[in-house]
Amino acid sequence: MNVTFTTAENEFRSEVRKYFEEEFPQDVLEKQRKAIPLTRDDTVRWHKHIYRKGWAAPNWPVEYGGTGWSSVQKYIFYDEQARASAPAFLPFGVSMVGPIVYTFGNDEQKKRFLPDILEFNTWWCQGYSEPGAGSDLASLKLRADLKGDHYVLNGTKTWTTLGQYADWIFCLVRTSSDVARRQEGISFVLVDMNQPGVSVKPIVLLDGEHEVNEIHFDNAHVPIKNLVGEEGQGWTYGKVLLQHERTAITDFASSKYMLKNLRNLCAKSIKSAEPLSKDQNFMRKVAAAEVELKALEYTELRTLASVASNKAPGPESSILKIVGTELRQRIDSLYLEASGYYALPYVRDQYDLSYSEKNRVGEGSETNASLVYFNNRKVSIYGGSNEIQKNIIAKHVLGL
Amino acid sequence: MDFSLNEVQTMLADSIEKFIANEYDFDTRQKHSESNLGYSEEVWKKFAELGWTAVPYSEEDGGFDGGPVDMMVIMERLGRGLIVEPYLANIVLAGGALRRAGNSAQKSEWLHPIINGELQATLAFTEPQARYDIANILTTAVRDDESFIINGSKGYVLNGGNSKLLIVPARTAGNQKDQHGITLFGINSDTEGVSIQGYETIDGQCAAEIQLTNVSLTAANVIGEVDGGFETLQLVIADATFAISAEAVGIMNVLTEKTIEYTKNRTQFGVPISSFQALQHRMVEMYTACEQSRSIMMWAAMAVTENGEISAHAIHSLKYQICIAGTRVGEEAVQIYGGMGVTWEMDVAHYFKRLTTINLMFGNADWHLDRLANLSDP
Repeated sequence: MNVTFTTAENEFRSEVRKYFEEEFPQDVLEKQRKAIPLTRDDTVRWHKHIYRKGWAAPNWPVEYGGTGWSSVQKYIFYDEQARASAPAFLPFGVSMVGPIVYTFGNDEQKKRFLPDILEFNTWWCQGYSEPGAGSDLASLKLRADLKGDHYVLNGTKTWTTLGQYADWIFCLVRTSSDVARRQEGISFVLVDMNQPGVSVKPIVLLDGEHEVNEIHFDNAHVPIKNLVGEEGQGWTYGKVLLQHERTAITDFASSKYMLKNLRNLCAKSIKSAEPLSKDQNFMRKVAAAEVELKALEYTELRTLASVASNKAPGPESSILKIVGTELRQRIDSLYLEASGYYALPYVRDQYDLSYSEKNRVGEGSETNASLVYFNNRKVSIYGGSNEIQKNIIAKHVLGL
Repeated sequence: MDFSLNEVQTMLADSIEKFIANEYDFDTRQKHSESNLGYSEEVWKKFAELGWTAVPYSEEDGGFDGGPVDMMVIMERLGRGLIVEPYLANIVLAGGALRRAGNSAQKSEWLHPIINGELQATLAFTEPQARYDIANILTTAVRDDESFIINGSKGYVLNGGNSKLLIVPARTAGNQKDQHGITLFGINSDTEGVSIQGYETIDGQCAAEIQLTNVSLTAANVIGEVDGGFETLQLVIADATFAISAEAVGIMNVLTEKTIEYTKNRTQFGVPISSFQALQHRMVEMYTACEQSRSIMMWAAMAVTENGEISAHAIHSLKYQICIAGTRVGEEAVQIYGGMGVTWEMDVAHYFKRLTTINLMFGNADWHLDRLANLSDP
């Protein structure tokens, strides 16, 4: 047993670190450090920057423009990305629809969609959940009726993250309701949102942010050439994608650096008061979260090592989403407690980097701790709630 | 990056697993535990013959140069088998002190027979007032010309009733809690002034209270430096903490596997109780506790300093994790087994007791968490 990195891997780490420290858009990093939401332009700009570096798709095969990195290199890359406080890749294109298109799509679809995903010329969003469907994804109702050379879509998708910026949406739709199992009769289609039959209605979340949407389809048209794979097989493709999503949600690297920074925040003394690091009760909670984080890190590394030796990820990988999201929420609540009263100011003007430091409310409020805390209640709910994850582990790993 | 065992470690693992499967079922374990000795002399000899007692020692000392990963392999399996033979007391505690601080005469008189399975030994690591602070020592060793006169009490001395060699830390200088001024002495249990009250412990193992009244020793009994025994003591206890944590990982896994199996076969309201979601989610949490504990154990096994010792940060993290996860897994297993889980007849009850014992040894969850909280840069 060993967890050492090779010289080449360490050199790779230096290269990635240098990129984020010197080349990556620094204003984006600063916003991230202050937990200020990125604008559409920010997101497009940094994705295009990383595309020009050649690193836009660490998880794709080289033939489609992927980096060809080993799983250890990917781990290092994501670790450095989080260390620099850089935002994570927007998953909808590169992590979700991209792999579905190159795995199940035809050559024309690959040629048409993959380059724009890679270069971030098109903004994708995800059309899975529907009103009332919750975690019971297979109960979806959005109808797609074949009329000549196109499908006609009627129904609603919801919880569509950043759908207000999106050009395209990938959807699971019902192409047949005359089926024995609800998982049948579902198809995977790619929908151009720039058409009269598609409308986007904002859903404002508890932090006041417009992050998700309801998407209404009213006789929207989808040419049959935008059907991915076979009609009726969408559930199979969609499940593969959920697996991607669940591993990505863990976001271990960012939890790691948040917890590190929390120790620094605790050590700061404001106006010569006792720093929080002298509060044994609070530091015990920090320490307990650090133990959980270390365990999670090694569960991830164990998974990584099995994948690296060309074995399937072991059953231990199934717990990553639950542990990762619970830990993330625990860290967010520690920030909330660490900020005290100054977790509470809700001064949205401060979202602008040009906002005068002199006028900034509260020294501790720099982390926007309450916004992060409230926003991240979602992580144990989306991608299949943690209770659904437990059902899956009970059935598929424990054989119950 | 590699989490697999090497060839030698795999062979070691296989041989212990085979032994448990063929020669150490639960009834046999109970028989050994309930015997006068509290373990089987024959089994202990076998451990020595198979070389398991030699693993952590250098080749020079007659061992196999094993490190933390090898110890992990052994202890996890001893946990799975719920083994009562005194591996911890002899090999990790007494042998651990001797290999680090003993001189060559002491090694040939004591360490070699320990490795060969001929000498029972232990380390008296705590006193009645000390709880988990190993520097809290009231036992005194007063120099009188060429001799040392020892007076004091040692508590919860594992294997104390059976040990012919007692390694006893005593204070040669300093105050009650000082790290400086602690000296380790090797004492033959039949020395005048040594009084031993052996007893059984709740987990089916054995310990003793030991009184030392004007026990007269010479410089030949001093293990390591006079006044400088603390460092050795600390390293040995760290090793022992790692060892019982690995043992706990083995136990937690057995409890989780057995609980899953039990629920598939136990029928209530006409269906196996494994079909109840309320129980499924709890078993997923048991499984998660096992995997997270295994992960942190593997980290600790590799978090080794230049001297080959496991870092204090890793030890505190590991034992904290084990205490929290162990309590959860143990209590849940018994709850899910229901009434059967609280009977003497069921092995799960005995695994649970051993797990609970481990939680209370060498620092409980709070004790280790306090130390982690005070690390400035973990």
